[in-house]
Amino acid sequence: MTQTVTDLTVWIAGAAGDGIASAGESFAKACSRSGYHVFAYNSYQSVIRGGHVCMHIRIGQQKVYTHGDTCDYLIALNQESITRYGKRVTPGGVVLYNSEKFKATQDQVGQGVQLIGLPVMELVGNQLMQNTALMGALMQVLGIDPAAIRELIEERFKKKGDAVIKMNLDAFDKSGEYAKTKAKPGQIRIGKGDGKRRPLAGGNPLIAFGAVAAGCRFYSAYPMTPASSILHWLVKYGPKNGVLVKQCEDEIAAMNMAIGAGHVGVRAMTGTAGGGFALMTEAIGMAGMTETPVVIVEVQRGGPSTGLPTKTEQADLFQVFGASQGEFPKAIFVPRTLQECYDTAVEAFNLAEKYQIPVLIMSDLYLSERLETFDGVNIDKVPIDRGQLLTQVNGSYRRFLDTPTGVSPRALPGTPGAVYTTATDEHDQDGIVISDVFTNPAIRVKMMEKRMRKMQYLAKDIAPPVLEGPADADLTLVSWGSTYQVLLETMNALNKEGFKVNVLCLRTVWPFPAPEVKAILSKAKLTLTVEANYTGQIAKFIRMETCVDLPHHLRKYDGEPFEPKQVIDYARKFLKNKPAGPTVASVMSDEGIPADFSPIQNPAMGAEVARQH
Amino acid sequence: MAQVKEYIGKVKPDWCPGCGDFAVLNALQRALAELDIAPHNALVVSGIGCSSNLPGFINTYGFHSLHGRSLPVASGAKLCNTDLTVIATGGDGDGYGIGAGHFIHTCRRNVNMTYIVMDNQIYGLTTGQASPTTEKDTRTKSTPEGSIEIALNPIALALTCGATYVARGFSGDNLHLAQMMKGAIEHRGFALVDIFSPCVTYNKQNTYPWFRERVYKLEDEKHDSSDYRLALEKSLEWGNRIPLGLFYKVDRSTYEDDELALRGGVSLAKLPVQRNDLASLMEDFI
Repeated sequence: MTQTVTDLTVWIAGAAGDGIASAGESFAKACSRSGYHVFAYNSYQSVIRGGHVCMHIRIGQQKVYTHGDTCDYLIALNQESITRYGKRVTPGGVVLYNSEKFKATQDQVGQGVQLIGLPVMELVGNQLMQNTALMGALMQVLGIDPAAIRELIEERFKKKGDAVIKMNLDAFDKSGEYAKTKAKPGQIRIGKGDGKRRPLAGGNPLIAFGAVAAGCRFYSAYPMTPASSILHWLVKYGPKNGVLVKQCEDEIAAMNMAIGAGHVGVRAMTGTAGGGFALMTEAIGMAGMTETPVVIVEVQRGGPSTGLPTKTEQADLFQVFGASQGEFPKAIFVPRTLQECYDTAVEAFNLAEKYQIPVLIMSDLYLSERLETFDGVNIDKVPIDRGQLLTQVNGSYRRFLDTPTGVSPRALPGTPGAVYTTATDEHDQDGIVISDVFTNPAIRVKMMEKRMRKMQYLAKDIAPPVLEGPADADLTLVSWGSTYQVLLETMNALNKEGFKVNVLCLRTVWPFPAPEVKAILSKAKLTLTVEANYTGQIAKFIRMETCVDLPHHLRKYDGEPFEPKQVIDYARKFLKNKPAGPTVASVMSDEGIPADFSPIQNPAMGAEVARQH
Repeated sequence: MAQVKEYIGKVKPDWCPGCGDFAVLNALQRALAELDIAPHNALVVSGIGCSSNLPGFINTYGFHSLHGRSLPVASGAKLCNTDLTVIATGGDGDGYGIGAGHFIHTCRRNVNMTYIVMDNQIYGLTTGQASPTTEKDTRTKSTPEGSIEIALNPIALALTCGATYVARGFSGDNLHLAQMMKGAIEHRGFALVDIFSPCVTYNKQNTYPWFRERVYKLEDEKHDSSDYRLALEKSLEWGNRIPLGLFYKVDRSTYEDDELALRGGVSLAKLPVQRNDLASLMEDFI
């Protein structure tokens, strides 16, 4: 019996090198061009060939906040994919595979799941066409208009000529025809899309695009997953748009070059993951001390050390907060959505110049490497604020003039009449070093206060956090950054069941919006902090800044992002049981591999963990 | 021609009396004056160390950066404002020790800027430990039994890494040093001037007299500075006779020449920040 749903999920699984990402991207883009909302997440490993990869593509008639947790259609590119996920396919769902490569039997999948083995060689005469053929069959059983994917095939193979386009289109059509005659239509069907062609991207391209929109002219980086796609996007679009993209010998060079660029008045950015960021830290302090505007993007992945290079985590908060010795003004943003990636990049450049400080943007693999539809971004009137930038200097000039806001008018090298030296040593208002033979406590105090004074004014420029959902909720879900959308999905699902849940998810961690967060949390009846790490970093940070203790935690540190059902089920149980003491629990994704241990579940043990960490 | 005094900074150098770095500062001021580069059009970037205090003593724009990081800071500045004359300065520990990675890659990058290294074969500011150019068996505060490692050869390293102007000067010959610097600043590409700049406080071995007994000028022996192999051979000469002067000079396209974003001699610092060309970029997300 066919059921029409408002959203469904397709998984494409196999080994690295099977072309999963490109097949998945084509499918995602075909859907985003056909009036559907899309959220795709690719779970992969740090190998170029082999390993196991699974791309989850969820499509919906309304906004889809996460990659979901069900599998309605599975394209299995190897035997292992059937073994791992066969039983997870929803009854009424479909498993598609190349029947010439391996065998799949009904007992390997659940009851009511249709197995469609495609004889690829026999049908299209070329095993290289496997993914195109499977896509043809998928579109047929899904019942989605294949026009968009045909258009994508033409775009993708344009450079290879008409013959290659025709070969692929034929393979696509023939397998579609085969599925039409030899298989039943899928029983899980999605309603029609609204016809809009929506943009589709990940967080990294949107940070990069936001940077370009903000007038960034210099990006320096060393390759590191999951930040590299900022580099790749900028290399593709930057140079022809007047953006110099410099791959450096290491992250130390990348950070220092960006500061050199910022020093001469160019809007400059660098980006990396946690490990590379560790190398950048000394120079971040230099930007603070020399009052050089610069933007740094830290895309978190699973740690510690090399950790899980292709997996996600939110465990670098204290590294980024504590980066570099000493004290200096800075801002740290944690965008939560694609639009916020773009808007935050623009805001970061403006604040960096307005306050002459380093501005840090924290993202993570889950936000950066997803593919999600969004409603577009503001490209027409991008706000630009260059702060107190002098184009000429008349009379005397002091680069580090002590002012009521702490911000000194900035003249750039090349300006006549303003020659100065900036220094990482403590210096006076003229930039003259006071650390060697002229050490002077009064000047030191004055300069320290001048720099730090900027924070008071910066704090006023930061948008306050917003509590989303009913004000009188029985449960407030608390988090930061990319966990935002899974919390929105949880809130919506539970409120539909009759619960009252709201969400506080931070977008700015520094300057910390302490009064607002304290006001919201002190009114909350019950809280559950949900974050992708082991030690509860945002909870600690909130306690540090507000003295508000958050006793209940749901954590995840297996490298995979939270799935909505994990949070919904836990929060529902939690609302019903209302535990007396502090609790810590963690959840883990089911990748079809038997675990020989259980994640933290015991409330008593949880309390112990809460105290220890 | 500008006057040397125009380049004298507000702060008097705090180097030890007799330090070789005085001559380096003086030669740099002379070179800038002879080339008539206005103080506001020059940016001197240093790292950390005795010699890295130089930007504070010269009347040009200056950036006294982090230990070992003068080259990436200078590269970022030069790539973004190609109208500036950018000069990186520092010592042997700064450039050949903690900053060695940047040195290697800056050589092969061939950004159009000058690197002046005051090489005293010791860590001076930290009171006399062995540096990357300290000779084997030298006793220092950190090598009381004599250094076990052999010294790094900056000239040979620069040559093999692709620097396009490689010269050596000596603080004991100020006019020659100024000539080397002038050539370096005028050269289109990455130019290294490694300078024997004796530390009178902590290096009791490589002193002015020690160098005076050994140095000779390549120019005096009709050295062909366009011959790469010969330059390499000369770079290995050490001991009783040590060459000074221009080892090698070649014209090779600079990083700026080949960088797409700088095509047509664009200076990024002069481009507008507000953009009005974002629609086509947006289109690519669909």
